[in-house]
Amino acid sequence: MATATTPPDASARRAGTHREPGSRPRSRRRNQLRNWLIFAVLAGPNIALLVVFTYRPLLQSFFLSTLQWNLGSPSAVPVGLANYADFFAAPGTPRLLAVTAIFTLATVGGGMVLGLLLAVLLNRKLRFRGAARTIVVAPYVLSGVAVGLLWLFVFDPNFGVLSALLGGLGIASPAWYTDPQWALVMVIIVYLWKNVGYVALIYLAGLQAVPRDLLEAASLDGASPVRSFVSVVLPLLGPTTFFLGITTLLTSLQSFDIIRAMTDGGPLEGTTTMMYAIYREGFANGRAGYSSAIATILFLVLFVITLAQLRFVERKVHYA
Amino acid sequence: MTVEHAPARRPRPAVGGYLTMAFAVAVMILPLVWMALASFKGLDELYQLPIQWLPDSLAATNYVTATQTVPFGSFFVNSAIVTAVGAGLKMTLGLMTAYALVFVDIPFRRFFFYVVVCALLVPQQIVLIPNYALVAQLGWLNTYQGLILPGLASAFGTFLFRQHFLTLPRSILEAAQIDGAGHWRRLWGFVVPLSGPTIAAVGLVSIVTEWNDYLWPLLVIDRPEMMTLPVGLTLLMNFDGVPDWGVIMAGTVLVTVPVLAVFFLLQRRIVDGLVTGAVTG
Repeated sequence: MATATTPPDASARRAGTHREPGSRPRSRRRNQLRNWLIFAVLAGPNIALLVVFTYRPLLQSFFLSTLQWNLGSPSAVPVGLANYADFFAAPGTPRLLAVTAIFTLATVGGGMVLGLLLAVLLNRKLRFRGAARTIVVAPYVLSGVAVGLLWLFVFDPNFGVLSALLGGLGIASPAWYTDPQWALVMVIIVYLWKNVGYVALIYLAGLQAVPRDLLEAASLDGASPVRSFVSVVLPLLGPTTFFLGITTLLTSLQSFDIIRAMTDGGPLEGTTTMMYAIYREGFANGRAGYSSAIATILFLVLFVITLAQLRFVERKVHYA
Repeated sequence: MTVEHAPARRPRPAVGGYLTMAFAVAVMILPLVWMALASFKGLDELYQLPIQWLPDSLAATNYVTATQTVPFGSFFVNSAIVTAVGAGLKMTLGLMTAYALVFVDIPFRRFFFYVVVCALLVPQQIVLIPNYALVAQLGWLNTYQGLILPGLASAFGTFLFRQHFLTLPRSILEAAQIDGAGHWRRLWGFVVPLSGPTIAAVGLVSIVTEWNDYLWPLLVIDRPEMMTLPVGLTLLMNFDGVPDWGVIMAGTVLVTVPVLAVFFLLQRRIVDGLVTGAVTG
């Protein structure tokens, strides 16, 4: 089948149609036309939607990033790469990048560590661990806006439950609402609260796949639980860690709901990430061209990360 | 670390484990309890020091205020419509596309598979402005089609369904073909019924995602009567002076409780869906 020279009737022979030679080409062509038609009916609408609402805007976005254009304005001026130059020269950009980096590292790194610890805990033979697992994952399915709003009141420096708890320990509540640094800590905590259950869930699935006899062997060899976790379990969780690292990185770089509901990017831009800047520049300030340039930069970052992920998935699909 | 130490470790009491677990559960639940309690408190109870934990009464005053200040009923209906139609059509498109990619024999099938999968490489943020411009141009702002259509295509679902379809025994479909069943009947009469758990898992995750979707609805909807719950919820924050957290919390309870209820009822399937997505990609 993999020969270089394929005879013209190879596909017909493969399909097992052995009729008289004269009628073969026509019926084959008709059959193939029918298959194309069926394929178009079944897959056409979905592929058309992808072209119109995913691939077209992707290309258009690159083009828009070279324009000075305000959303809704009839005229646009081609400016080449000026939007990109403006972005890297803007006085707020270093802060924007720093906020993005801190938010991303804290949510991804913190999420992975906390998620793994939770998974290890909930993998132990404890009573009620089933219920505990459910409760830990529950916030993940909630609306980010609702989560943001309910936590905003928890964080209220005067009347929130957190200030009461901290007060009980003799600690004054930080100025979550008005201090840019504390505000960033606040949205990171809320993001972690909402998403850590997902990480724990996926790690749990990974932990359950660790063969028991391997752990028993390690224990017989005199390895302490910590030692056998570090040298037996962690390496086996490698693929899970890689997968989670990339997925949570992608979602974190695109997170929007919580920031929008809690701080609207403030105070003093303290919680404005790149994703949030795209929204604010494009839709609040109407600078569609400039916003597209930031979106393109973020896209290139995400693209490289996703490619790495897909390569990995491909490998897993083929060899697992 | 000698072998003799190993048996001594066995009957380790799990008190530490239980304490940690209790702590973790408390951290997850306490904010939700605080939300529920606050939704019953009046302004005088909310703004009081030291803070008052329990509300004086369980009167639904805040719920009434929340549903009267903003059209919560329409939010709910809009969310339900967008979720049902959006998730339903998305699943249908995904199943049809996956079927075509696996069972309809045409040349360049692989190319179309890549067209679908590569869409996963395109994040939402980059298509926002062009899609908004298109939807605005079509006059679809503040409409259901404007809300639903741009996010309707199924890429990840198609990918997962295809993975599953590839594992189905071909013999069943060949038998169906011999019985004279066309592709349409083979898809809905044989392939879909054989894929129940996968469909349920993907479907539930997609329902939850649609229900919580925020950014796109925020952009294309500005008329309150067309808003979905997450977008409408923020209207309660448009306050003068001090925020009435009781009313806002009543709103968040109304948004979160349906999802929590569904989650606790169907948590096995939802968890399966989340894990399936992870295991396959």
